[in-house]
Amino acid sequence: MANPINTFLLTDLLKGLWTTFKNQKPSLVVTEQYPRERPPVMERYRGAPRLNTHPETAETLCISCNLCALACPEQLIVVTSERNPETRRKDLTNFTYDTSRCMFCGLCEDACPVDALELTQDFEMATFTREGQIWDRQMLEEGPLPTEYRH
Amino acid sequence: MPDTILAPPPPPPAPEATLLDSNELVINMGPQHPSTHGVLRVILKLDGETVLGAECVIGYLHRGVEKIAENRTYQQFAPYVDRMDYVAAVSNGLGYCMAVEKLLDVEIPERAQAVRVILAEINRIASHLLWLGTHALDIGAITPVFLCFREREEALKIFEKYCGARLTTHAFRIGGLQYETHDTFEKDCLAFCDLMDEKLKEYHALLTGNRIWVNRTKGIGILNAADCKDYGVTGPVLRAAGEKWDIRKAQPYSGYEKYDFDIPTAENGDTFDRYMVRMEEVTQSCRIVRQAVEGLPAGPIKGKIGKVIKPPPGEAYVSIEAPKGELGYYVVSDGSLNPYRLRVRPPSFVNLGALDKMCRGSLVADVVAIIGTIDIVLGEVDR
Ligand code: SF4
Ligand code: SF4
Repeated sequence: MANPINTFLLTDLLKGLWTTFKNQKPSLVVTEQYPRERPPVMERYRGAPRLNTHPETAETLCISCNLCALACPEQLIVVTSERNPETRRKDLTNFTYDTSRCMFCGLCEDACPVDALELTQDFEMATFTREGQIWDRQMLEEGPLPTEYRH
Repeated sequence: MPDTILAPPPPPPAPEATLLDSNELVINMGPQHPSTHGVLRVILKLDGETVLGAECVIGYLHRGVEKIAENRTYQQFAPYVDRMDYVAAVSNGLGYCMAVEKLLDVEIPERAQAVRVILAEINRIASHLLWLGTHALDIGAITPVFLCFREREEALKIFEKYCGARLTTHAFRIGGLQYETHDTFEKDCLAFCDLMDEKLKEYHALLTGNRIWVNRTKGIGILNAADCKDYGVTGPVLRAAGEKWDIRKAQPYSGYEKYDFDIPTAENGDTFDRYMVRMEEVTQSCRIVRQAVEGLPAGPIKGKIGKVIKPPPGEAYVSIEAPKGELGYYVVSDGSLNPYRLRVRPPSFVNLGALDKMCRGSLVADVVAIIGTIDIVLGEVDR
């Protein structure tokens, strides 16, 4: 404290207090009142997984190539398929995705050659059971039921 | 009335038998202490209020990251490095990708390098903001933590918009970038730099001249340059002791030689100097971001690498200037899909080694300030 007058008049402390009070203006309050107020989620956000279907025929886009399961560091994707004797292609029978072990790194999404697997902007994935964290094909295609809040 | 009350009190015990007169006291600080920034346990040996020695007990957050690397392919391990220093995940990802790229000997396109620099510098600002907020909170100033988190949110939004995650970003891939920059990327980065320049004045108004802050930080936890070198301490702690050492200048990587910036230093090597050095680093980071955004070249974002990453047998060590100091990755390849061995040189762990030296002779209340000033993240200390 170089200047004794400033020391006596508490200028340094008042300067800090003034900065604090300047930020009290209601227009400067940035707190989001979640869940009443939903923050915008960016387009590239890596959240809940989804298995895309064809918009018209509602057939799955997945070609059961298993690349996503191989790319995943946590090995949490299990793709089961059976060979269709007529078309000689693989048909998807089930697809499980264990969201409790997923770290949402996006490697599976990058690996998918047909953009069937996608990480969406949905981030509310809480369930009451551990089994509920394991999503099957139906859940992946339809998405989790929307969360309702009462408050 | 019974005799006992009227009886004279027993004579006081001999001085050496009481707690107050005994010379040494050993207490535990942490692992649940809020100002140890995670789960750090410090065993303090005290003489009254004076610290005679400090010993760190670490490992509460150990996840065996280096061992996990041996069981993952090179691409698969990249998200794990974000979980070490989770407040500077971009720098961690950059170091790891550069180490593997050195093994592969692949050229990274200029555009990818510039985007990497921009994101790494914004991450440095975000890391310093978190440090400033929590460090001031430890010392007793509550306002900075709210203001710092408000600005840090803007940095996290840039990450979220660019790569889809806020903290554990996984922003870079080996060989370049996965994501092309979005339309407003340049504008967002420049707006963030302008915001930081303006808000830094607020932090200075709150703290720099404040007599409580000055008294709590000046002359506390002094570590001179010679000791820094003995302990291997790097980063702002070393620069605050007067040593002009920054890997971005000493061994430029990812195109840092193209940008014009200064290395802030100070003389005394105390807590206040480290605070000033970090504040100045934020300004310098803004300068780098501005230059990089303005000169952002067009072109590809991924180098010539195949889908399968299989480096030839050999080893590579790459070190970068992370917000906390020198972050090094040492990768050994045996020619297979997985690293044979991976070793991380975390700045937090090495810098924490000097805690005992810095604490000796100071007061108990200052230990909190000293732990804060080293800027550790326990995820990185324990790995
Ligand atoms: S996001 Fe990452 S961890 Fe999750 S399933 Fe995909 S690859 Fe695996
Ligand atoms: S990578 Fe895509 S197409 Fe292949 S199995 Fe996975 S979701 Fe299906």
